[in-house]
Amino acid sequence: MTHPAHRFDPIPARPAPVRTHGPAAWIRANLFADWKTSLGTALIGGWLLWTLPQVVNWALLTAHWQADAATCRTDGVGACWGVVTEKHRLILFGRYPFDEHWRPLVATLLMVGLLVVSCMRAFWRRWLPLLWVAVLGVFFTLMLGGVGGLTRVDTDRWGGLPLTILLASLSIVMAFPIALVVALGRRSHLPAIRTCCTLYVELIRGVPLISVLFMASFMFPLFMPQGFTIDVLIRVLAGITLFAAAYMAEVIRGGLQAIPKGQLEAAATLGLSHWQTQRQIVLPQALAMVVPGLMNNFIAIFKDTSLVTIVSLYELTGSLSLALNSDADWRPYKIEGYLFIAMIYFVFCLAMSRYSRWVEKQINKGFQR
Amino acid sequence: MSLPSHRPPPPRSRWSWRSQAFRGVVYQVVAVVAVGLAIWFLVHNTLENMRVRGIQSGFDFLLQPAGFDIGESLLPYDSSESYLKALTVGLSNTLRVAVLGIGFTTVLGTLLGVGRFSRNALVRGLCAAYVDVFRNIPLLLQLLMWYLTLTELLPDALEPWQLGSVFLSKGGLTVPALVWEQGHMGLNLPMKGEFAVEGGASITPEFLAVLLGLTVYTAAFVAEVVRAGIQSVPLGQSEAAAALGLSKRQEMRLVMLPQALRVIIPPLTNQFLNLTKNSSLAVAIGYPDVVSISNTTINQTGRAVECIAIVMLIYLATSLTTSVLMNRYNARTTIRER
Repeated sequence: MTHPAHRFDPIPARPAPVRTHGPAAWIRANLFADWKTSLGTALIGGWLLWTLPQVVNWALLTAHWQADAATCRTDGVGACWGVVTEKHRLILFGRYPFDEHWRPLVATLLMVGLLVVSCMRAFWRRWLPLLWVAVLGVFFTLMLGGVGGLTRVDTDRWGGLPLTILLASLSIVMAFPIALVVALGRRSHLPAIRTCCTLYVELIRGVPLISVLFMASFMFPLFMPQGFTIDVLIRVLAGITLFAAAYMAEVIRGGLQAIPKGQLEAAATLGLSHWQTQRQIVLPQALAMVVPGLMNNFIAIFKDTSLVTIVSLYELTGSLSLALNSDADWRPYKIEGYLFIAMIYFVFCLAMSRYSRWVEKQINKGFQR
Repeated sequence: MSLPSHRPPPPRSRWSWRSQAFRGVVYQVVAVVAVGLAIWFLVHNTLENMRVRGIQSGFDFLLQPAGFDIGESLLPYDSSESYLKALTVGLSNTLRVAVLGIGFTTVLGTLLGVGRFSRNALVRGLCAAYVDVFRNIPLLLQLLMWYLTLTELLPDALEPWQLGSVFLSKGGLTVPALVWEQGHMGLNLPMKGEFAVEGGASITPEFLAVLLGLTVYTAAFVAEVVRAGIQSVPLGQSEAAAALGLSKRQEMRLVMLPQALRVIIPPLTNQFLNLTKNSSLAVAIGYPDVVSISNTTINQTGRAVECIAIVMLIYLATSLTTSVLMNRYNARTTIRER
């Protein structure tokens, strides 16, 4: 008896699974997932393909880089970056005496170096404040002069990038202790102290910075005793500091509020006093939590320093107008000038915001599993 | 042998430094006295200085004729009217740009914030790039750039760009206006005249620059607020909603949004307040807002203290009202601990 031969008859193989890795798969998932996504990609991609070449053409390919206004005028297609080539020293250093520009340059580099160093964990040592004092001392000596053969340059001739950086970093450093005290004060159980701190924060946060600056520059002389004058730079610095402190206090208070009650109870159980609790339990945790918020404050203040141009201190924005408004040749290319300083602000602010993101990640490391 | 007797600790005197209540009272008295002295010092100096320099004080100037024209105004105004009227016009201009700005910002910011979660990588990238660019350039610089673009790079008023009945030129934007004629609504369409665009409602380049600048800048911040709000709702919530059989819409409306809004609303209000306060930068490009009018008033009358006080009071009133409402909202929605 013969059995019919059992033929091995495989069912057809299933198609290989769709690739989920690699550039092709990424493009399919993120650009052409369904018809809606594809339509969006087509529209936006088309728009980008249409505009980007024009922008590149204007800004790079047909742009003029030589400091020659005549070529820009006769051949006016691309951007005229010659305005930056010609005026960059006036834009960067404002009304500072032209032959002494190396002084603000060195001072600015030192300040930027100090800020970078202060952001690095390896330098968070006890001597960092001393370094600050030293660098600030060198900064003021270089800028102000009057000693060691340097000619004296009064603060009303300071301008440009050094002024921007000085205003931003000094006001934030001076605002921090004030903000800390006010934030603790707002959480105090003593009604009078709490009221004072709340009033301060709400009053300052309620008004625009510009009116604080007007007050600092126009009304401050009225507030002081007869015959007592303070440099306008110091007055404006004080205004920005008080303004920044109110905002920082709110950020710090947010951190203080986020400390769980159990921490305070545990500290009390250990027999710590009020100030010991604040210093050793509450503040270290709260401050670590608010570093990103404080960085945001710093970015905001850095941008806000541009307002001092309205009260006639020529930081970056002001010194650009100063450099171009009186020069009929270069006046038409102010937009290129604006783009140049916008770039400077952008680089500084973006660096700070990326740093703040990195810090946030570092802090959250402890909570990640 | 007797057990050591447990004596109660000696009663603390209420007036001892070791009594917490007493220290509290001392701290508060010191603080109040210090603040009081500081204020007295400032007020005393100010009065003294004003007396010596012969500066007049008081608010009587508000009723004198202002004598200057205002570029644009919602309310009828001419230069023979009082300073009070001029400041009111300034306030109306501030509110006009703030209210419109808040409206546009909310729409643009929400779109940008939601766009960060799009499935299309181009949309995600563009939204992220927008936020990075516009958040990291000072508002003042952006305003100046908008103003320069609108007043110098656009075509002359004689040859405006035209899109239907909308005209754009150095002279500003001209759009069709709604008019009330003989009891029924009508449209007043602008036409290209011989020397300029005629008819319609025209919007000055100053107003346009302030509105654009404020909207574009603040939208970047609102986008971040919205993104953070949506991200703050745990993934488990949407999974739980799906498990309960809720539709996508129901899930958004009943589960995600109420929780995201709790995170979004307080910082969003802050952004609205920031926008209102930032509208004071209009002074840099000559839009007649309340700060700019008060500056003109200071230059003409010399009443710096009064004018700055008025401006600060106006902004304070707005901020504090919002702040009180927000605190109330916050107190209702925060999660309570023990």
